Amino acid sequence: MRIVVVGASLAGVRTVEGLRRRGSDADVVLVGAEPGPHGGIAGDGIAADRPPLSKAFLADAAVEAKPLTDRARLGALGVGLVTGRAVDLDLDRRRVGLHGGEQVGFDALVVATGSTPRTVPGLEPREGVWTLRTATDAAAIRAACPEGGRVVVVGGGFIGAEVAWTLRQSGRAVALVEPLPSLMARGLGPELGAAFTRRHAAAGVALHTGAGVAALEGGERVTSVLLTDGTSLPADVVVLGLGTVPETGWLAGAGLDLRDGVVCDERLAAAGAEGVWAVGDVARWRHPRAGEDVRVEHWTNAVETAGVVAANLTGTPTVHDAVPYVWSDQLGARLQVFGRVRPGDELRVVVGDLDGSFVALTGGDGQLRSVVGFGAVKALLPFRKLLLAGAGWDEALAAA
Amino acid sequence: MRVTVDLGACQGHGVCHMSAPDVFELDETDGHAIVTSDPVPAALEADAQLGADSCPERAITVA
Repeated sequence: MRIVVVGASLAGVRTVEGLRRRGSDADVVLVGAEPGPHGGIAGDGIAADRPPLSKAFLADAAVEAKPLTDRARLGALGVGLVTGRAVDLDLDRRRVGLHGGEQVGFDALVVATGSTPRTVPGLEPREGVWTLRTATDAAAIRAACPEGGRVVVVGGGFIGAEVAWTLRQSGRAVALVEPLPSLMARGLGPELGAAFTRRHAAAGVALHTGAGVAALEGGERVTSVLLTDGTSLPADVVVLGLGTVPETGWLAGAGLDLRDGVVCDERLAAAGAEGVWAVGDVARWRHPRAGEDVRVEHWTNAVETAGVVAANLTGTPTVHDAVPYVWSDQLGARLQVFGRVRPGDELRVVVGDLDGSFVALTGGDGQLRSVVGFGAVKALLPFRKLLLAGAGWDEALAAA
Repeated sequence: MRVTVDLGACQGHGVCHMSAPDVFELDETDGHAIVTSDPVPAALEADAQLGADSCPERAITVA
């Protein structure tokens, strides 16, 4: 039995570790192609742990990136490491083709290729213009923008807002451009988004909401960002936070169902193929609790999916039904979101208020759907328990 | 199996408790993880490992 895991970031690394921990004696190979400088592969192709890349690592040049594993640790587990970018999959011959022509045969395949920052025409990375995904990206951003430098962040989602705060509080002048009226509205809904928008403005982030980017100006190196409302924002560096897209290009034509990720069943087995699994950002699966197909780009989801697939590959049938969890450090406190905020959900602040520390609940169809806390690790505990227990909306409000 | 939490590293995410409620409880004052089953009985070893793996700060050690 040969198990090949393609993708050496959190989900892939935790899958191979999980296989060995569960006693798998299969031949296990990890294929890594983490992007490095100049379009190449970083080192052995193994990613760094990503959460610090938009937090401590971005703020402080003295902080080093931590690789998730290395050749020696994989060797000690008896896991082979192949450094190379997967470019195609042949399910009949059961092999993965790598850039350069090498073929890697498998009995079982785990797709762990994650996601890639989205770019749009006119907003592509170039000198001074960066997306933020890898340690290479983060190092380039902080090098291009020393203390006192001017940053324009395009996109006010979780990453954009966190990056804006990190760079602002570490002494950079930061402008943030978001086409929607408020920050993080897709992840948190309009009301919570509006509250965080006010707080970012008070923290000294120059906000340009409701505005788009008309052009990046300058020669080879960007010098300013022209907005659709005519404003020109001077920039030493531009950070693009436009979301991500699942990295499935290499699977095109292989016979898998690739509608926004690799479509899987509840156990993360890919639809339309035998012995193919998906973990992390790239997996879209039928969530038993949510009753719908979801794709989740959170750190914790990468870890959980790795555990589920390692279990399924070692004879313990397991479904993936964890409640999603994401956190972000910004505005001097920790934002925590358990569950998913859905468009149109009702919002109720149950502890504190939106200008200070708070716990807010969202619900719809009579169900408690998410618990959002800001600087309120303790206060959200009882509500989180209710969410895990599948509590109704009225029951949750009664506990407030 | 023994399980320990580095309280200097623990940031109160509480994910260990979600993964393994019979092994980890959360301190009601600051959300830090508290080990409630140490040594871990054989029946809970897999849960304890799951809780350790799920910690975003890698604050939990099992041995």
